[in-house]
Amino acid sequence: MSAEQPTLATLGGSPSSTSKLDRRGASPEGVPLLEVQDLHVRFHREGGQVLAVNGLSYRISAGTTLAIIGESGSGKTVSARAVMGLLPETATVAGSIRFEGQELVGLPEEELRRRRGSDVAMIFQDPSRSLNPTMRVGVQVAEAIRAHLPLGRREARERAIELLRMVRLPSPERRYLQYPHQLSGGMRQRVMIAIALACYPKLLIADEPTTALDVTTQAQIMELLLELQGQLAMGLILISHDLGLAASYADEVIVMYAGQVVERAPTRELFAHVRMPYTRALLDAVPRLERPAHSLLPIVEGQPPDLSRLPIGCPFAPRCPRADDACRQAPPLEEHEPGHWWACWHPHRDDGGER
Amino acid sequence: MTAPPTTNGSRVEMPSGGEALLEARHVVQEFELRNFGGGRGGVVHAVSDVSLEVRAGETLGLVGETGSGKSTLARTLLQAPRPKSGEVLFRGVDLVKLRGRKLLEARRHLQMVFQDPFGSLDPKWRVSEIVEEPLVAYGVGRRAERRRRVDELLDLVGLDPRRFGSRRPRELSGGQCQRVAIARALTLNPALIICDEAVSSLDVLIQAQVLNLFEQLRRELGLSYLFIAHDLALVKQVSDRVAVMYLGKLCEVGPAESIYREPLHPYTVALLASIPRPDPAVRRPQAADAIKGEPPSPIDPPSGCRFRTRCPRAEERCAIEEPPLRPLRPDHLVACHFPLSQAGDRASVAAGPRGALPDQPSEGSGPTP
Repeated sequence: MSAEQPTLATLGGSPSSTSKLDRRGASPEGVPLLEVQDLHVRFHREGGQVLAVNGLSYRISAGTTLAIIGESGSGKTVSARAVMGLLPETATVAGSIRFEGQELVGLPEEELRRRRGSDVAMIFQDPSRSLNPTMRVGVQVAEAIRAHLPLGRREARERAIELLRMVRLPSPERRYLQYPHQLSGGMRQRVMIAIALACYPKLLIADEPTTALDVTTQAQIMELLLELQGQLAMGLILISHDLGLAASYADEVIVMYAGQVVERAPTRELFAHVRMPYTRALLDAVPRLERPAHSLLPIVEGQPPDLSRLPIGCPFAPRCPRADDACRQAPPLEEHEPGHWWACWHPHRDDGGER
Repeated sequence: MTAPPTTNGSRVEMPSGGEALLEARHVVQEFELRNFGGGRGGVVHAVSDVSLEVRAGETLGLVGETGSGKSTLARTLLQAPRPKSGEVLFRGVDLVKLRGRKLLEARRHLQMVFQDPFGSLDPKWRVSEIVEEPLVAYGVGRRAERRRRVDELLDLVGLDPRRFGSRRPRELSGGQCQRVAIARALTLNPALIICDEAVSSLDVLIQAQVLNLFEQLRRELGLSYLFIAHDLALVKQVSDRVAVMYLGKLCEVGPAESIYREPLHPYTVALLASIPRPDPAVRRPQAADAIKGEPPSPIDPPSGCRFRTRCPRAEERCAIEEPPLRPLRPDHLVACHFPLSQAGDRASVAAGPRGALPDQPSEGSGPTP
């Protein structure tokens, strides 16, 4: 990768001189890259509110990977869009989102836009919907670069080709001139990653980056993301429904249910000592190669709660095999063991019993 | 009407020589492409000479990635459309030769459940009408009898007929929609249900509920399944036997346990190695374990073995001679000139060409090795 190094250095150098908000190297020790505190997101609809995120808190440091795990409607994507400032006008955001110590909630759109792409970038599940089908892919990468850097067309083109090489798109000069439909799903996701990396972001949010891809391609893309993360010392937030991905690639895992964090721990700790019954249920329901054919899966009945009518108390209680009267009061998310947080009155013990 | 119920216990012993319920013999499916202006644009070789059977009472898993031809094969089995060549035998009768009413009559025993639960149900219809429709189409029973049957079916798939019968698809969750689709598939007492990625779009807890429903129906009704998915872990869990497909051809067919413990084809090994396990103690999938590059185009598949352009074991012979699907172990077939026969073999492929990743991965297109 030595050929790319000078390019990376210049890509990283230029935005710091152009962005007023950039405090690279100036942030005091101990300030996390991103700190989200008591984040609430509500959508206003006819006939009520949808409580999509309800008191989410987490932090992530440079160079680490945080996985946010949850099912549809758990609030994992909405909270990431809140960090990016990409929510529609019907949304109300409350709480605090600090990037390198600076508050983003309430920041004017103009400044948010400058942050997006230069400091924080996001890639999405479906690369074919995020790319413009009528534009050559290379030009789309070059435009992303020029949106943040004062570069001429030719310089931008050279950088774009470097980026495409960096994400291992085969024969980047030729691919530069192709349109999205001429690339495979895996190649399109590589292009999306190149666009996201155009300005050397400090934080990359990957929302189900491999869900639309085949499993063999998934391994290639995840490997690429981790390698680039190491090279650029990025923070990486991996949003996924797949516990396997979290176990394989994250340093820390957050499990969300109904817009709340129900469990949070370093990856090894979490999978070795699951406490929250919802996390347990998720893990039990994952198809496994080791299970014999025709065995019934341990399941929880019912569905996630309607976010416009959240139950009082623990949101998982209506489906939880351990729920009792205590669960009518919402359990707080607390650090019960070093680094291991959970919100549950009846957590699992290591032997399967109740703590 | 249903298959012989060999399925009373919790574990079903499938005799390896079970009677074939549905059998594909040398099935070929191709589509012609047209360029702008109507010129010929090549032929998509979607399914190329595939032979397999679903035995009475068993679940056959069919696994493959995008473009492997697994969904095309499923539709071809149902004669929608008919294959370019080959035979599809259902209880010994070749469906390819059947026409009109006779084909319809045979096809009522073969039902399909699709991936997209919303897209496969008419949004304007009520749940009870959706489930009743096949009975009306086949002229089964009087109105009151049909209604009773609909209530029975909704009960069977875990939907209270009084609560859900009058709802429309958009008033249901994804899991509930899929239950309706399953009820509809069961209406005419089929012998075989083809599930094409039937749980792939569901969240994991709902997916588990629907998988258990499939299992419960299998036990109660003696159903057979052809269970198609891209997720090998999922397929392995529900299937007695598994068939692995790559670019229109079968690579490997065998008992699920045997495929998982002792895979013979390098592609199966790569698929197994690519699955991220929900256990951080297990080594995570490495790009090097998986296979390099991208799958070639089915318009211009490689000569010889179609996997050879991405295969770590490929040699000259693989480009010249197509490997036949042959039995290597009891009931376990593989199409490979250099199958993995010993444990050491498997370890070396799983480790892959470690270290230096090529700067420009193979594009895997074109017939040149």
